[in-house]
Amino acid sequence: MEPDLAEASVADTPWQAIVWNDPVNLMSYVTYVLQKLFGYPEPKATALMLDVHHKGKAAVSSGDKDKIEADVAKLHAAGLWATMQRS
Amino acid sequence: MNGWKRSGRGAKARLVASLDPQEAAVLRGLVNEVQQMLAGRSADNPADELAVLTGIRTGPSTRPTDRVLARLLPDFTSEDADLAAGLRSLHEPELIETKNAAATLLLETLPEGGGRIELTPGQADGWLAALNDVRLALGTALDVSEDMPDDLPDDDPRAQHIGVYQWLTFVQDALVQTRMQIR
Repeated sequence: MEPDLAEASVADTPWQAIVWNDPVNLMSYVTYVLQKLFGYPEPKATALMLDVHHKGKAAVSSGDKDKIEADVAKLHAAGLWATMQRS
Repeated sequence: MNGWKRSGRGAKARLVASLDPQEAAVLRGLVNEVQQMLAGRSADNPADELAVLTGIRTGPSTRPTDRVLARLLPDFTSEDADLAAGLRSLHEPELIETKNAAATLLLETLPEGGGRIELTPGQADGWLAALNDVRLALGTALDVSEDMPDDLPDDDPRAQHIGVYQWLTFVQDALVQTRMQIR
């Protein structure tokens, strides 16, 4: 399986990692994970966490497909509900 | 368990708590259960000869049918089924390995009969991930929702388990708060 082939022509299209609200993950933990994984300062991590909480989702990082794929893998390892999509 | 305290500074910073024997047994049992679920998923998809030869493992391309496992091992995208299948196959074995390592770290740093726990900041991060996985598993199984009352009616079959879930929430939240004080 090689999911990249079909998209080679749009490889430059920026992608986003989206974190979705869920009833289990703690606000404090989500904030901490965003600081730790992406090096965001606490106010930015808190603002993103509040977006997730109040709006149901937030784009927490953007970049090329490989970077966002790696970001989503890290978010999954931390237990956050995350997906990737083209921005 | 009365929460976590920070002890020491700089390279000697530690996160300290104490669990009574029953608390330790409950936590150990739940972490074991998550490990067994993950092991079951891996056993359904043994590494084939090519993977052994090349060192490149590929996992299953389909989402677990069990909803607890599906929450622990989410899809990479909801927009493109082929991409989701390909990325799952590529990343799932490592995700299971990471979760398993966090669970193992927790079990190894949790005294058998309870007692004092002393974690480095790195170990605390492993505990946070493992505690979160247990809460995800329990929360999904119990259908936890954001507007769920703290006390369920006695005739709700979930009533006796929700106390354990809420205790885990306290343990994890207290650990995050203490961990955030250490740079």
